[in-house]
Amino acid sequence: MAKATTYIVHLRVNGDDYAPGVPSHYTLLETLRYVIGLTGSKQGCDKGDCGACTVILDGEPHLSCITPVLEAEGREIRTVEGLAGAGRPHPVQDAFDLNGAAQCGFCTPGILCSAVALLERNDSPSRTEIREALAGNLCRCTGYTKIYDAVESAAAVLRTETGRVETGE
Amino acid sequence: MSDSGGGGQAPADLPLWAETRDAPEPDSGGGSGFRLIGKPQRKVDGLAKATGKAAYTDDISLPGMLHGKILRSPHPHARILSIDASRALALEGVHAVITGRDMPVRYGIIPWTPDEYPLCVERVRYIGDGVAAVAAVDEDTAIRALSRIRVDYQELPACLDPEEALAADGSEERPFIHEPRREGRNGNVTKRVELSFGKVDGRMAGAEVVVEGEYFFEGTTHTPIEPHCAIGRYDENGRLTVWSATQVPHYLHRELASVLGLDPATIRVVQPPVGGAFGGKSEPFDLEFCVARLAMVTGRPVKILYTREEVFYAHRGRHPFHMKYRTGADDEGRLQAVDAEVVLDGGAYASFGLVTTYYAGQLLTAPYAMPAYRFDSTRVYTNKPACGPKRGHGSVQPRFAFEVQLDKLAERLGMDPIELRRVNFMGSDTRTVNELRVTSNGFLECLDAVEKASGWRERFRRLPRGRGLGVAGSCYISGTNYPVYPNEMPQSAIQLQVDRSGRVAVLSGASEIGQGCDSMVAYITAEELGVPLEYVRVLAGDTDFTPVDLGAYSSRITFMLGNACIDAARKLRRKVQEAVAGDWECRPGEVQLAGGWAYYAPDTERRMPIAQAFNLAEARFGTLGATGWYNTPRDNHGDYRGGTIGASPAYSFTAHVAEVEVDVETGVVDVARIWVAHDCGRALNPVLVEGQMEGSVYMGFAEALMEEHIFKTASQGRAGLHNAPSLLDYRIPTSLDTPEIESLIVESIDPEGPYGAKEAGEGPLHSSIPAIANAIYDATGVRMDRLPFSPPNVWKAIRDAGGPRSLKPPRRRAAAPGESAHAGAATAGVG
Repeated sequence: MAKATTYIVHLRVNGDDYAPGVPSHYTLLETLRYVIGLTGSKQGCDKGDCGACTVILDGEPHLSCITPVLEAEGREIRTVEGLAGAGRPHPVQDAFDLNGAAQCGFCTPGILCSAVALLERNDSPSRTEIREALAGNLCRCTGYTKIYDAVESAAAVLRTETGRVETGE
Repeated sequence: MSDSGGGGQAPADLPLWAETRDAPEPDSGGGSGFRLIGKPQRKVDGLAKATGKAAYTDDISLPGMLHGKILRSPHPHARILSIDASRALALEGVHAVITGRDMPVRYGIIPWTPDEYPLCVERVRYIGDGVAAVAAVDEDTAIRALSRIRVDYQELPACLDPEEALAADGSEERPFIHEPRREGRNGNVTKRVELSFGKVDGRMAGAEVVVEGEYFFEGTTHTPIEPHCAIGRYDENGRLTVWSATQVPHYLHRELASVLGLDPATIRVVQPPVGGAFGGKSEPFDLEFCVARLAMVTGRPVKILYTREEVFYAHRGRHPFHMKYRTGADDEGRLQAVDAEVVLDGGAYASFGLVTTYYAGQLLTAPYAMPAYRFDSTRVYTNKPACGPKRGHGSVQPRFAFEVQLDKLAERLGMDPIELRRVNFMGSDTRTVNELRVTSNGFLECLDAVEKASGWRERFRRLPRGRGLGVAGSCYISGTNYPVYPNEMPQSAIQLQVDRSGRVAVLSGASEIGQGCDSMVAYITAEELGVPLEYVRVLAGDTDFTPVDLGAYSSRITFMLGNACIDAARKLRRKVQEAVAGDWECRPGEVQLAGGWAYYAPDTERRMPIAQAFNLAEARFGTLGATGWYNTPRDNHGDYRGGTIGASPAYSFTAHVAEVEVDVETGVVDVARIWVAHDCGRALNPVLVEGQMEGSVYMGFAEALMEEHIFKTASQGRAGLHNAPSLLDYRIPTSLDTPEIESLIVESIDPEGPYGAKEAGEGPLHSSIPAIANAIYDATGVRMDRLPFSPPNVWKAIRDAGGPRSLKPPRRRAAAPGESAHAGAATAGVG
């Protein structure tokens, strides 16, 4: 049986450029996890059902486990590893810790990407809007309640920070 | 995030817990006397998990690692005639193929019922049973190799129904799934338990009201988001290391040694962070043996990651239960007798089934006093994936039936169902009818809390048609009194080690599966030794370096590991106090350790940094370390056969009120809100306790409304094929499905728990389900005695009842909170 064809793909992940050789049938998730070594994005089902593999593609949450890697070429890819600033967590990551929103933590990277994508287009989401934004991410531990608390408190932090920047000018 | 810091949150450029480090007073715990315990804290792994840095098993990649795959049976029941792997071995990139003959040793998590092999030897017993395993250079090659293994099977009649399984006679037409352990027995019976306490028949005959009911609880499965994964490495020194997403590293260690015929001292089991388990990773699985054996054969590390489909077939989840209950009470609603008959559909192997068969009866005897109780519980084999322990092991199903029975009893008597439960409260510091010792019991406070929060008195039986409220209660164990293999050694242990900087290392054998046990021991260590939380490091789940803990099951860890940690920390603290007292020329009891300092208690102006205190102790006593352990009390159960099963050092208690809206035209049930009150003894970190409660309520809700772990019959296409082995088709709740959940913590302060704590991870699931069933009755006047309450089932139940009907408010109201004659639990309060 013939081996799969291998391609060089050009990917921009969290601001870094990569050009790995990958089998042509690889998904973006497989490439991130098993080729580039960014294992933060998780594989829970491999069928686009659970959302643990969610990354941010050009500002929109995307299921990397059903995204052929070739489709991600030339796009801005952000994963959970790219959300934090230098030496400090993103306010949503910090809020997840403070609010107990990550129990086993396996769905967390995908949920964080969905949440960050939401907060970047809406800095004051209602609980309904948060529920809807996270409807593609299955969490089996928390019952979602603490996750909503975390997203709401992170939104408040982000609004405060934005306010401070404006005042400073 | 700007450099100016983050509005109220701990900014990362300041040390976390700066407030505890610099706090001037040793006791600022708001009266509780605790600095950390009882307050929200960060988790030790919280930021690692939130930044994608936590490395789960599949995130580990070793140099030269091969990838394995397991060939699975396409038949629900068949004899293996031959296996030919030559074409697979000939494929380029394939390094090894193993079959059952390579590991022909039976194992089983319960030592009395070893009935499975890592790979099947002569017979397959369900679709999905492992037959052979391949190690290849990559996963794609391993998958190709599987299709080249030729297995000749002789198909056998398959049995999917427990009644049919009981009727088997060992003939060719109706073969046993396992050969009987004794001649003349039915090989399809894993276990039968018949126990009777008190005069059941006499009391039932004398009861004013007897309610009879028949119930069915459908099987469900754990569905952790992380699929099972394991890596084996066999090194040049003849040592085997297995990394696995397991809840039971110690039991896995033992089984690997036994099956592989290795000296256990040459085996190391490492448990990385586990991405959810819920009981679904609490015994050895085929992949763990296979990666070990394949690593030994190839000399290369080997990883196997289950597909989601394999996770569904691995199962070990909730048993389908067929249940009959008779419940008798006097005209005041006081229980007189309970009589139960339960059949458990066990699937192909025993798993924890012996325990499940007992739990199906033993755990029903609290929080209500019942003078007479009998149960007859039978677990049978069927040709489906094996059932086992899922969150609330063995007691969720009977609790559903029993709490609906109580609701029917209240209705018959015209009583408020909360009042009926109050009337039957057993009290604290007592024994159940089956002789289990119950210590702290905050059940009445739980009832009060959900009654008040839900507006029960104004709204029960008074909501418009189609809307309703339902109540239910429950109890659960805080750990099992005995390990699965008999021994007198501690159930849980901790080792502490101190550095000259003040850093304290906690070596814990317990299994962090998301419940927060690594954080819990850090809180306890920081509390007892007076170090800031960020000075504590936790190393857990590595059998080469951490002391034995039996695993994350039966809600045992907070109680047992917490006590072990307090034991270790206090031994160490006494040394430090003594050394500092020597320096200050005072009594050791006058030295307090808190917040990064050692204080002279009579005058807290006098103090020294904690590192300096540790250095004084090291100079005086030598290198600082301590071990602590916990074992269960031995006098807390009856001495009849099986009396130890269900025994626990403490029990947690829960009450739920659910509010539903039912569309009687379509059968769609919307659970609007669930109020849950849980007596966890003491909440060591209330945020984590609430998280356990909310997760439990969610999982109970999911079983009530959505989940069905079911298999096709021959007439549906292919007998034994999983109906929906994907996360799309096996529906688990999304954020849009999940109801609003309100958690109410009740603290009864258990006399033996760590700072009074008991479990919170499993108990709060139980009463979710009957509370929803009882709420559907309040909304429609129609009983739901079969799970799940899916639209077709609800619609059919309403149709069969001749349509919805209105119900009258109870004639006898509940007493106002505080009015009823509460026994015991005087220290309990609602937090």
